[in-house]
Amino acid sequence: MDKVYGRSSLLTDNVMHYCPGCSHGTIHKLVAETIEEMGLQSETIGISPVGCSVFAYNYVDIDWIQAAHGRACAVATAVKRLQPDKMVFTYQGDGDLSAIGTGETIHACNRGENIVVIYVNNAIYGMTGGQMAPTTLLGMKTATSPHGREAAIHGYPYKIAEMVSLLDGVCFVTRQSVHSPAAVRKAKKALRRAFENAQAGMGLSFVEIVSSCNSGWKQSPVEANHWMEENMFPFYKLGDLK
Amino acid sequence: MEEIKLVKGNEAVALGAINSGCDGYFGYPITPQSEILETLMELRPWESTGMVVVQAESEVASINMVYGGAACGRRVMTSSSSPGISLMAEGISYLAGAELPCLIVNVQRGGPGLGTIQPSQADYFQATKGCGHGDYNMIVLAPNSVQEMYDFVFDGFDLAFRYRVPVMMLSDGIIGQMMEKVSLSRSRPRWSAQEIRSMSDDWATTGRHGSRARNIASSLELDPNEMERRNLDLQSRYRSIESAEVRFEEFLTEDAEYIVVAFGSSARIASETVRMARAEGMKVGLLRPITLWPFPSARIAELADRVKGFLVAELNAGQMVEDVRLAVDGRVPVRHFGRMGGIVYSPDEILNALKQEGRSNG
Repeated sequence: MDKVYGRSSLLTDNVMHYCPGCSHGTIHKLVAETIEEMGLQSETIGISPVGCSVFAYNYVDIDWIQAAHGRACAVATAVKRLQPDKMVFTYQGDGDLSAIGTGETIHACNRGENIVVIYVNNAIYGMTGGQMAPTTLLGMKTATSPHGREAAIHGYPYKIAEMVSLLDGVCFVTRQSVHSPAAVRKAKKALRRAFENAQAGMGLSFVEIVSSCNSGWKQSPVEANHWMEENMFPFYKLGDLK
Repeated sequence: MEEIKLVKGNEAVALGAINSGCDGYFGYPITPQSEILETLMELRPWESTGMVVVQAESEVASINMVYGGAACGRRVMTSSSSPGISLMAEGISYLAGAELPCLIVNVQRGGPGLGTIQPSQADYFQATKGCGHGDYNMIVLAPNSVQEMYDFVFDGFDLAFRYRVPVMMLSDGIIGQMMEKVSLSRSRPRWSAQEIRSMSDDWATTGRHGSRARNIASSLELDPNEMERRNLDLQSRYRSIESAEVRFEEFLTEDAEYIVVAFGSSARIASETVRMARAEGMKVGLLRPITLWPFPSARIAELADRVKGFLVAELNAGQMVEDVRLAVDGRVPVRHFGRMGGIVYSPDEILNALKQEGRSNG
């Protein structure tokens, strides 16, 4: 019988620390598969953020740099400029990328660095215990918006993918999800395209993956997926933006 | 033939970077050090040595680019002036924690806050006592000439890679802006990819190849026992640096009754003070720490056994004087003379302070 599917050899045997129902495990798997299928294990350097995916380096068997909070795109800039023949990607959450790291993100995009930015947006700070993020939807309850996010107090949720799609240095912007098998397949295709863009030196590719954080949202994994479809997707619309 | 050029201190740093085999410079404009980035952009070293030069969007981005480049085993550097170094403090702490080598140049200006663009030495504490959070040290080199701004780029990279620590060159607006003759004969190529692999394949993130384990550049460790072990490792490295890398210079100290201690531009000014004092028959010598960390405490302690007192001259409110007092340990008086806010003292102002010291000691 032909083998049609196997676990990526780039995934280590370490037990992931993510909560049951978290999207990170699936996204890690897609990243590992993409790197393996492109034969880039020895050529790839990943930059992990501060946040839930800070330990990404424990799970995907490539060289990693753990960056300070928000600074992954600056770190990646130097790694790619100094090793232009390597594949360089950042893996960042919404707090890391679109709050404290907004400046580094926008400017790496604007310089058109030949890197891939993987942006996992679950509208909350997971690791620190469920505080409000810039991406938190209006009305959403978090540890720092316990009565629900109010625009007058907290400002509005914002869409950084739409913002970076306006920049000349960015060649590909897409918003994906991994909440269903079909979505997982589409997300993987998007990642592959992003990695190929970087290989071809086309500029920066930005892959947002709208994700659930059932622990932070205080829902079961299944409820969180439904809630995401009903509330996140209408605001963070899936599909290619550029 | 030896190549000699008349250049500014800041230009000497740029030339030193290119000629010392630097792989990458990442910086953001700020007075009084912008000529470093300007000179590099003018000379376009990416077309000659392959050195990368990036004008970052901030000092925060600059130091994190340095962090990324250092993680790849490359010789990388940044430069800034006082307020910009404050912005880099987080990144410097991460570099120290992840055990990454790099060179950071601070061409000091007066503070606090936005302060002034005039020269100052008020970042001594910031440079020698850490700068960012956590228990760590940087090796700090204090040039007092344009030639040393060139040479200390080489020395800075050598020290950074010998110990895998960040190294700071603590200069100031005087040395950065003044012009002097510089010998550019010292020169070496950038490392090849093979050389980098042979030197740093056990830590540099150059791509996980063959059978080697993946390399991870990180300062994170949640197990407190392991985190303490990493701290102890760093501390033992710092003790090795303290025993092997102290550098200082002495001028007329053999028979001195009073010693002026001064670093960087202040040492240049104080050397004239010593000449003036000698002409008046006063037995005064100069000790100039070249490494501010590690500090020449042992030598100062030796001198304390046979001199009547020390005068620490620095362009600040009294910072290095604390380290001199620790070394002297109360055996003789240690006084401070300083000016602040961009005012630079003249040799005779230091001489007057010395005379007061002599009078108050009887």
